[in-house]
Amino acid sequence: MESRNIQLAVGVFVILGILALSFLGLRAANSNAATQGETYKLYAKFDNIGGLKERSPVKVGGVVVGRVSAISLTGDYYEPLVEMTISAQYAEFSETTSVSILTSGLLGEQYIGLNPGFIDDTVVMLEDGDYIYDTKSALVLEDLIGQFLFSQGSD
Amino acid sequence: MLNAIAKLGKATLDTIAGAGAALLMLGKALIGVPQLRKSWPLLLQQIYAVGVLSLVIIVVSGLFIGMVLGLQGYTILVDFGAEQSLGPMVALSLLRELGPVVTALLFAGRAGSALTAEIGLMKATEQLSSLEMMAVDPLRRVVAPRFWAGFYSMPILAVIFSAVGIYGGYIVGVQWLGVDDGAFWSVMQANVDLYDDILNGIIKSVVFAFVVTWIALYKGYSCVPTSVGISRATTSTVVTASLAVLGLDFVLTALMFG
Amino acid sequence: MIAEPLVEIENVHFAHGFGAHQVYEGLSLQIPKGKITAIMGPSGIGKTTLLRLIGGQLKPQQGTIKFTGQNIPTLSRSELYRVRKQMSMLFQSGALFTDMSVYDNVAFPLREHSQLTEELIETIVLLKLEAVGLRGARHMMPAELSGGMMRRAALARAIALDPELIMYDEPFAGQDPISMGVIVKLIKALNESLGLTSMIVTHDVEEVLSIADYAYIIAERKVVAQGTPAELQHSDEPLVQQFLNGQADGPVPFHFKGKSLAQDLFGETDA
Repeated sequence: MESRNIQLAVGVFVILGILALSFLGLRAANSNAATQGETYKLYAKFDNIGGLKERSPVKVGGVVVGRVSAISLTGDYYEPLVEMTISAQYAEFSETTSVSILTSGLLGEQYIGLNPGFIDDTVVMLEDGDYIYDTKSALVLEDLIGQFLFSQGSD
Repeated sequence: MLNAIAKLGKATLDTIAGAGAALLMLGKALIGVPQLRKSWPLLLQQIYAVGVLSLVIIVVSGLFIGMVLGLQGYTILVDFGAEQSLGPMVALSLLRELGPVVTALLFAGRAGSALTAEIGLMKATEQLSSLEMMAVDPLRRVVAPRFWAGFYSMPILAVIFSAVGIYGGYIVGVQWLGVDDGAFWSVMQANVDLYDDILNGIIKSVVFAFVVTWIALYKGYSCVPTSVGISRATTSTVVTASLAVLGLDFVLTALMFG
Repeated sequence: MIAEPLVEIENVHFAHGFGAHQVYEGLSLQIPKGKITAIMGPSGIGKTTLLRLIGGQLKPQQGTIKFTGQNIPTLSRSELYRVRKQMSMLFQSGALFTDMSVYDNVAFPLREHSQLTEELIETIVLLKLEAVGLRGARHMMPAELSGGMMRRAALARAIALDPELIMYDEPFAGQDPISMGVIVKLIKALNESLGLTSMIVTHDVEEVLSIADYAYIIAERKVVAQGTPAELQHSDEPLVQQFLNGQADGPVPFHFKGKSLAQDLFGETDA
């Protein structure tokens, strides 16, 4: 009788733990829909990636479609290469798609913005492992100031 | 001067010997084929004593800490017009740090000290010797189920602590101070990661569970079997376990998020 | 010695810690099978240590301790556990498990070491409790028992597995005259009815000599006298007489070893 109560109490305890965990997993965390299940990889070279990090989001019009999965340097001139893992749900990007590194808000984190290109019979769709060539690098504050001063001086 | 150096040497030797004895105790307790039929009820009973009975203190402190985080976070964030970040602030503080750490500290104080005192008293009243003379290994019979119970219970308690804490932050932030309901959860979801934050928090908690339970059991098992000895061992459990948790927390945080 | 020995201790040397405190030097004694043997001696000469040596909880630095022909200090852990099922020890405090009822305490060794059904265990437990007169107290918790009852419950637990040897650690200490009488009677009765070998470590001379078949007196780290109770009582050795009659000073000095009072008071150092 007593041991039955103990079993019951421990059972309730474990159920509470599972409930709390699922609350945390489902309610508090992003369930990572963008990079779970089927994914494919796209690559892009930039001149400067600014403050981009691994796991930074990849967004189309503000909607998260994937995440940055690796950042490395490539080629003879050490160009930054960004590997993006995109959800297979969004597999229809054309080769005219462009990527840019953007900043959310004035002080926010940097993320990658994908601009889907036009689609007609002459363009090919991007597939797993393809490179996106139309890239815009991150804005670096010092460069901006330099440009501003330069344009002032030339007036 | 020489005396001081000799004292330091003795203290070092004692510490090393203690660590070795603690390792030996744990090894002897855990290695070997467990007899499921006999050890299952023992384990359940200990999870009840160590885990279920700690539930109230964990839920109450989780709720209050979450509410305080909500209140403090709001007053700071509202100055920057960033009160919508209250959700992730509360959630991340709890999941990464406060959940595992405060749970481990409370666990050391409530369950750890009880384990030390219980085993110390069993030693003082010759119950451990008596088990041994009955050809029952006290390490397997007494120490092992308590160890596993602590090891399983603490991560569950930490998860419950974090969940209740987030709810506490929600009550204060949203219901009381008027942060937007939708923004609270959605900004939290955008910033809390299942693996980086929740899983790492649970890993921390598992490490703390191992260390705190181990310290508590060893202090009880090795105590001087007198009333003074047991009271010293109990104090020492709480102090050593708390320091170990805080020190390890720094190391783990540096490894995980550094 | 008449009967064949169950326990033989030969030339045992034992010291606690790292030789800091020598307990035994060349201790030898034998416990005859089926008899009650008393081990007596002044407090603090390590009588409990002797029991722990036989139980294999401590290992001597030198010498052999044989139980049914097997040398305890050389046994492996599993062999030692097997041998321990044939012996049991009644601790001074009783050492009942405080979180179990009297019934469960007595049933504990049976549940651990036998594959008996719960009905059979119940029969055995009730028989053992009957033997110590506590059948009516089976649902009580150890905290509710008096000191004498605790010791009797512990005795029921000690005989649960029908051991060969039962070792009593100070069974009479701190008992009122009635429960002392009960325990004396119990030890004697159990020894006869169950064919046990009993070994009683005590300093309560009068009680133990009334039931013992043979007795040893330990002092100064070894056996100083032995014999049947009658032989000891007629011994003319001063130490035996001092011990049996409880004189304060004699071969065992009243004063703990140390400097003389004059030296302590007047600071005459010998260095």
